[in-house]
Amino acid sequence: MQSMNVLEQLAYYFAHNGMYVLEQFSRHFLISIYGVLLAAIVGIPIGILIARYRKLSGWVIGIANVIQTIPSLAMLSIIMLGLGLGVNTVIVTVFFYALLPIIKNTYTGMVNVNRDVLDAGKGMGMTRIQVLRLIEIPLSLSVIMAGLRNALVLAIGITAIGSFVGAGGLGDIIIRGTNATNGGAIILAGALPTALMAIIADLVLGFFEKRFDPSTRKAKQA
Amino acid sequence: MTLLTMSHLNKIYNGNKAVDDFNLEIEKGEFICFIGTSGSGKTTTMRMINRMLHQTSGTIKINGENIAKMDPVKLRRKIGYVIQNVGLMPHMTIRENITLVPKLLKWSEAKRNEKAVEMIKLAELPEDYLDRYPAELSGGQQQRIGVVRALAADQDIILMDEPFGALDPITRESLQDLVKDLQERLGKTFIFVTHDMDEALTLATRIVIMSHGKQIQVDTPDNILRHPENEFVESLIGQERLIQARPSITTVGQVATKAVSARETQTLKEALGEMHTKRVDTLLVTDDDGVLRGFVGIEQINQFYGTGKEIGDIMDRNIFYVKEDSVIRDTVERILKRGFKNVPVIDHDHHLVGIVTRATLVDMVYDALWGESDKPDNTEAGDKA
Repeated sequence: MQSMNVLEQLAYYFAHNGMYVLEQFSRHFLISIYGVLLAAIVGIPIGILIARYRKLSGWVIGIANVIQTIPSLAMLSIIMLGLGLGVNTVIVTVFFYALLPIIKNTYTGMVNVNRDVLDAGKGMGMTRIQVLRLIEIPLSLSVIMAGLRNALVLAIGITAIGSFVGAGGLGDIIIRGTNATNGGAIILAGALPTALMAIIADLVLGFFEKRFDPSTRKAKQA
Repeated sequence: MTLLTMSHLNKIYNGNKAVDDFNLEIEKGEFICFIGTSGSGKTTTMRMINRMLHQTSGTIKINGENIAKMDPVKLRRKIGYVIQNVGLMPHMTIRENITLVPKLLKWSEAKRNEKAVEMIKLAELPEDYLDRYPAELSGGQQQRIGVVRALAADQDIILMDEPFGALDPITRESLQDLVKDLQERLGKTFIFVTHDMDEALTLATRIVIMSHGKQIQVDTPDNILRHPENEFVESLIGQERLIQARPSITTVGQVATKAVSARETQTLKEALGEMHTKRVDTLLVTDDDGVLRGFVGIEQINQFYGTGKEIGDIMDRNIFYVKEDSVIRDTVERILKRGFKNVPVIDHDHHLVGIVTRATLVDMVYDALWGESDKPDNTEAGDKA
């Protein structure tokens, strides 16, 4: 091992522990996704609600902002006090961090729906539910999508730290590398897939964000 | 048949009366324009009709049914609604936009498609636009869609809130034609809010002029031009438009000047004396009751002078005249074409009322082109033509 340079070591690591890395990769990804999905389930309705009742928005976004300012390691530790070691603690932490971008973007998206379109929709005889379903959500979908994108990228980073509370994921490999003498290659073996995952998540959700942007709609070219 | 009855409508915002005792009955097929300055309550009043706003007091009835007792959602689906900034759904194709209300009413897809094709033809746009998105259309085209969208579910009443305010003059005119055509062809009832007097005068069958929540005048465009209720209405119409409209609403009787006339039984000597003092070369001839009989010129008097004849014997009975209640616009052409210097004006019983001279017409044309401000005082000169 000593005779190899870092890149060769990295290749060697992947060759011998490929399945393990893949396993941690998917575990890491799932933890992030679960956290973000939970946050979406809670955050999007909250965003819609505070867009309807604007007076609440200051409070709700303020609270979400405060959560965001807590250092992630501190948050992990606090939640760990309640939930103990393990994957649940990380999912809950991710959930809290993902709330702010999701609530904020949902709120922004809903508030920025063109008032004339809303007026026309109501004036043509849509019920409130129809206004929400046929106008507000489709028109704010791309902004909500941007929020999910931010949240997911953030979540991937937080999940890496989550290894400290024994949740597993690519963070495990990184920590192992930091504990080993000359563990540079092992750190990279954990860090590179994490970065890759974040980049891919960003690109994929970015694509959907564009797809849902109503201003770029064009007729299908025959 | 009264389609829409609005009685004693009041709307109070924070202690201010936005609409103050508004009363109006609208017949089917009418084109009503609400006009006024901003803050006059015209949009507020209109939005009460589809319950986008609630009146503080008063009732609105459609076909005798109080709308306050109807489900607002169902009511709105029966009333077309067009707003200034179009409000097309940017995420829906033109087809989906047009058939939005039919879809809310759960029409079958086949029926909706049929309607979409019918409507795009009505909007005078090509059929392949149906699959485009609003952003791909120009502002004028979008508002055409906005207009036909309001008709797609066979709504009888169409509310329009300054729909063409944001369009350039040429596009606006073509859309006004479209709307006017729809009203005349389909017999829809339009309630149209505007602050553009030209638009109101072109489109409306009746105009409701509003200021500070009150109705100032409710009448046909012609009557409003002819008899503006007060200075506010005049200023709203604009001095220029009043002058321009003058030929088409002013009657001949209003501009006629006093005629120089003689009676049939008078002698030629008397006639000549009259010509001399009034400095004219032609006299109109009436009988003793003032009924117009003919005219006599200086040539005839010269020819027959001293023969002892009366005016009635030598006058030319072949006289061209106009009735006092015909409008100037129709008269001008006849006067100019025949080349008369002046034309006598008569009432219904053929009594001579006065004359219209070419100088009078010059005044009319001059005013219409240049306005009234620097008009030379030549009303007297008209007599001597």
